[in-house]
Amino acid sequence: MTTFPAAEWISTMMFLLALAAAGSGALIAALSTRVIRSVCGLAICCLGLSGLYWFLHSPFLAMMEILIYVGAVCVTIVFAIMLAEPDEPAQEEPRKSALIWTGVSLTVALALFCGLAHLGVRGNWQEAQARTTDGSIREIGISLLTTYSAAFEMISLVLLIAILGALVIARGGREHS
Amino acid sequence: MTVPEPYRLILYLAGILGFVGLNAAYLVWVERKGAGRFQRRPGPTEAGPAGLLQPIADALKLMSKQLLVPAGVDRTLFRVAPLLMMSPVLISLAVIPWSESLAARNINVGLLMIFAFGSINVMAVMLGGWSSRNKYAIISAARVVSQNVAYEIPMLLVIVTMIMVTGTMDLNEIVRQQEGFIWNWNIFRVWVNPLMPLTFLVFFTCMLAETNRAPFDMAEAESELVAGAYTEYSSMGFGVFFMAEYANILLGCALGTVLFLGGWQSPIGILPGVFWFLAKMYFLIFTVVWIRWTFPRTQFYGLLNLSWKILIPLSLFTLILTSAMMKLF
Repeated sequence: MTTFPAAEWISTMMFLLALAAAGSGALIAALSTRVIRSVCGLAICCLGLSGLYWFLHSPFLAMMEILIYVGAVCVTIVFAIMLAEPDEPAQEEPRKSALIWTGVSLTVALALFCGLAHLGVRGNWQEAQARTTDGSIREIGISLLTTYSAAFEMISLVLLIAILGALVIARGGREHS
Repeated sequence: MTVPEPYRLILYLAGILGFVGLNAAYLVWVERKGAGRFQRRPGPTEAGPAGLLQPIADALKLMSKQLLVPAGVDRTLFRVAPLLMMSPVLISLAVIPWSESLAARNINVGLLMIFAFGSINVMAVMLGGWSSRNKYAIISAARVVSQNVAYEIPMLLVIVTMIMVTGTMDLNEIVRQQEGFIWNWNIFRVWVNPLMPLTFLVFFTCMLAETNRAPFDMAEAESELVAGAYTEYSSMGFGVFFMAEYANILLGCALGTVLFLGGWQSPIGILPGVFWFLAKMYFLIFTVVWIRWTFPRTQFYGLLNLSWKILIPLSLFTLILTSAMMKLF
């Protein structure tokens, strides 16, 4: 289709860029001591993820990822932190128990990762059906209200519980102080 | 004339960058000239005929200044913030259909894409404000977030209304539906929703607020907050923020043209073309300038009240009205 030199190469580079953004963003989010930098890492990670969705031919999902995770979630978190965080984070001495727990959690995470990766690469997956829809809003709306309505409703329940939980915590905090 | 695909994209990339740069520079001139005329003074006159070389002189001045990074700021975030403000606009402009055959990339979720990338702007101003370690900048950043959250809601409700009316998020398709005479433009389609002009007004107000323009320029309230989130920026750091503001206005007005004013369609049904698009877009931009120099800055509570008590109920009402009308007729 295309006659541009190195078109394959460029698109591979874009894919690797998205992959690197997702990976490095996640690392920044996990390793940074400043909470705001962690949130920036989260934003980078989400941008990378949306790039991967784009490569999976799901532009709608990619855009939603940016709109919701970068535009709403990260902004809300930064806003909350900006008003609350002290100027300089206190440097804490690493405790011995913390080191042990880090080791344990790293082992568990590594085992989980290897297991999932093995399952993903070697597992006996069913071949995905050829896509019959064109990914338009109409199709997405119909499938959200028919095929996936149960999942859709479950998500709203999760959100409801999250709101209730936040209310409970906020109330508890008020009584203590 | 068709250019092979990747070369076409490169041409569009250069074109968009040039267009944004030129507009950012000359909208400043329009703004200053307009401000002058509204206040009964001539505006810039010295550099070139009618001050036409003023933007170039300004740019040279900004670029030749030292790029100061104050001690104690978060260096990475401080440097990244202006770029983060500019790049989403450039990405979003790629999906704007300037005319029937003049669009860099025509994707079927174009409208969604503009709003997805538009939401990154808030993050940019906020990071700029936070990383400056300056109390004015932090106050400004806090204001930007509450303002943008408040105005994002009516904006998206209006967009949902428009998606319901047009049935698509493809900007090219949206314009194509408004073919014919002036009453086919979405703003005058009163048989779909009798409140369509009002919907446009809500859209325009939200656009003003989201681009932080007067009377809603709480982020950069010069008389209260020095320069708000941009206080610590010097040289082109400030310059890029400034360009991004005008690029955002350009994008907002282009979007308003596509969604409501029929894009490249002509009002009399003949000779559609890119000049109609530009004429409508620049009319909207001129209105933005006009409003800035006509109305004083609102109070912050007034701003939030306008959104939560007037615009959100109004846009919800038009949304419900539109769905009812579409179901009934």
